[in-house]
Amino acid sequence: MDDAVAEHNSPLRILIADDSDSDRLILKTLLKRLGHEVLDVSNGLDAVSVFQQEAPDLVLLDALMPVMDGMEAARQIKFLAGERLVPLIFLTSLSEAGALARCLEAGGDDFLGKPYNRIIIEAKIKAFNRMRLMHQTLSDQRDLIRERNRQLTEEQEIAKRVFDNVAHSGCLDAANIRYHASPQSIFNGDVLFASPRPAGGMLIFMGDFTGHGLPAAIGAMPVAEIFYGMANKGFNGQDVLREINQKLKRILPTGMFCCGAMIEADFKLNQVQVWNGGLPDGWLIRSSGAYLALQSRHLPLGILSPDQFNADFERVATGPDDRVLMMTDGFLESADRAGNVFGEQGVTETLERLDVGDHPFDAMMFAVHRFTGNFEDGDDLTLCSLEMMDEAGLAALPDRAAPSALAGPAEWRCTYEIRERTLGEFSPLPLLLHICMEVPGLRRKSGEIYTLLAELYNNALEHGVLELPSEWKRSPEGFGRYYAERNRRLANVEGHYIRFTLHHSLKPDGGRLRVVCEDSGRGFDFQNHPSVAPGSSPAESGHYAGRGLLLLKRLAETIRFHESGNHVEIVYDWRLTRTAGDRDE
Amino acid sequence: MPIQTRRDDDGQTLVIRIEGRFDFSTHQAFRDAYEHGDPDIRNYIVDLSDTTYLDSSALGMLLLLRDYAGGDSARIVIENCNNDVRRILSISNFEQLFNIR
Repeated sequence: MDDAVAEHNSPLRILIADDSDSDRLILKTLLKRLGHEVLDVSNGLDAVSVFQQEAPDLVLLDALMPVMDGMEAARQIKFLAGERLVPLIFLTSLSEAGALARCLEAGGDDFLGKPYNRIIIEAKIKAFNRMRLMHQTLSDQRDLIRERNRQLTEEQEIAKRVFDNVAHSGCLDAANIRYHASPQSIFNGDVLFASPRPAGGMLIFMGDFTGHGLPAAIGAMPVAEIFYGMANKGFNGQDVLREINQKLKRILPTGMFCCGAMIEADFKLNQVQVWNGGLPDGWLIRSSGAYLALQSRHLPLGILSPDQFNADFERVATGPDDRVLMMTDGFLESADRAGNVFGEQGVTETLERLDVGDHPFDAMMFAVHRFTGNFEDGDDLTLCSLEMMDEAGLAALPDRAAPSALAGPAEWRCTYEIRERTLGEFSPLPLLLHICMEVPGLRRKSGEIYTLLAELYNNALEHGVLELPSEWKRSPEGFGRYYAERNRRLANVEGHYIRFTLHHSLKPDGGRLRVVCEDSGRGFDFQNHPSVAPGSSPAESGHYAGRGLLLLKRLAETIRFHESGNHVEIVYDWRLTRTAGDRDE
Repeated sequence: MPIQTRRDDDGQTLVIRIEGRFDFSTHQAFRDAYEHGDPDIRNYIVDLSDTTYLDSSALGMLLLLRDYAGGDSARIVIENCNNDVRRILSISNFEQLFNIR
């Protein structure tokens, strides 16, 4: 502002065009005396060319001149000035209204009557200079805003690419996942992640941060890192959620949080576990068409401190071709032109009308688009469906990080024992898997290794330490009872341990991992256990439990039981692949 | 005036009444409503009788009030919600943090 005031009195560069030598001289003298720099010409054509060369701040034009008159010169000068405001004042002795109006129509801003009045001239020049400066300021500010906006858009493009790289490293493209995440939704804080679990099954997380724009998108980055990092290492949904909540609680300001839902799908056990904190109802849609709401039962993430946070999942038994459907707020808030929202009613009506052959994802997308009446504008929604299917159908899941040659530890041994209450509070599996994954040859087998470790651990914990009878799991009621009892007994564990000893060594064409798992339980009669006894086959073992042991037998080279059955030893061999394309499977 | 405040009879309760949409646009007004630092205030009532809509940023503002009023020891009642507002509060399970009646 101070600059502008100073400029009011600063000398201007003024162009005078008048064919009357005496008039021109009077005006020139007058303006020079006021401190301005003056350029003068005697016809319109010269005025245009001097204007082009010297770019004066203000132009005074006689209306009637030879060669080119003031009207035409005014039109050309205004055209040349473009966006710049160059005040253009006609010098005229004309007094007829029509002639004066034509001067203004040609681009003039005002006129000065002859003979000249010094006071009026000075006042008009000042007034027009004020206008000129204001116009200049506004143009500068507009240009600045335009430039900033361009930068911001560019930065968002880059940020979005970074975000995409982080967020989409998972398995959203798997055959059993369908999703729609509109581009607008990303910078409105919607996230969707999916990862296969090393032991089989999948984890899916959908989130919706409060707020809009960059602040909302920023929170998504650590969530993506935690989700993919932990899911790859074999942590379960509960552990991942606890970590996300703790992180968000720490980094987000009060008042900002993340509504979210985690789905942990187990295709072997045919069950999904669901945690919903603040997202709209999710839905389990049976292959029969029956459906079940998966309601929000928790506070959103980032609100409660770790000790108050509740990461209890709901467990739902599923069948093949059952589907889980999750959505963010934006889906329910999709509005038609009149402002009516699709809402929960739209969702339930769509589910009611669902035919057996319909895919609920397609039906839902179709319904919301038909409701809103357009397919593009204001589309700010995330919808995802997961289909329960045979794991074999997912064989095409992308390989995780490529193994880096043969670097890494080859000959090593470690023992890890967890005791007492830690048995109920901590899973050693991610840690053990992590140690094994340091061996490049084992890394490509992370799924099998995890399964081996997990089956050994679960047997030791559930049957060895907790003495839970696996027969319970044969009926749906028993299934619930089994897990309830598991939690009850875990809380009261005393005087127990589970010890893992891992031993890795190299062989000529690969390596061998030996895993010993011992527990403090009473063991079991392995000589007569149907799935362990020599010569037994899954068919002979009938309905009796022991799927875990069968799995171990199938994956490992050998499995041996020692002592009272509470000491299990397995040997797992891996072989080098000679060329990149020559897989040893 | 979309947000009005008054002291309840005992002088220790601040009643904040929100008219119309409770969303990001009311952010500053809502903060101003309780951030006057009056040491006598022990209880808060957020009266939503005339609130037609509540979004997630309003949920955030309620959390800010809760922090201001002492976090876990805050005494805040949210009352007279219409069905839509009530539904949003319960999807987010805010009854675990606030007394909603």
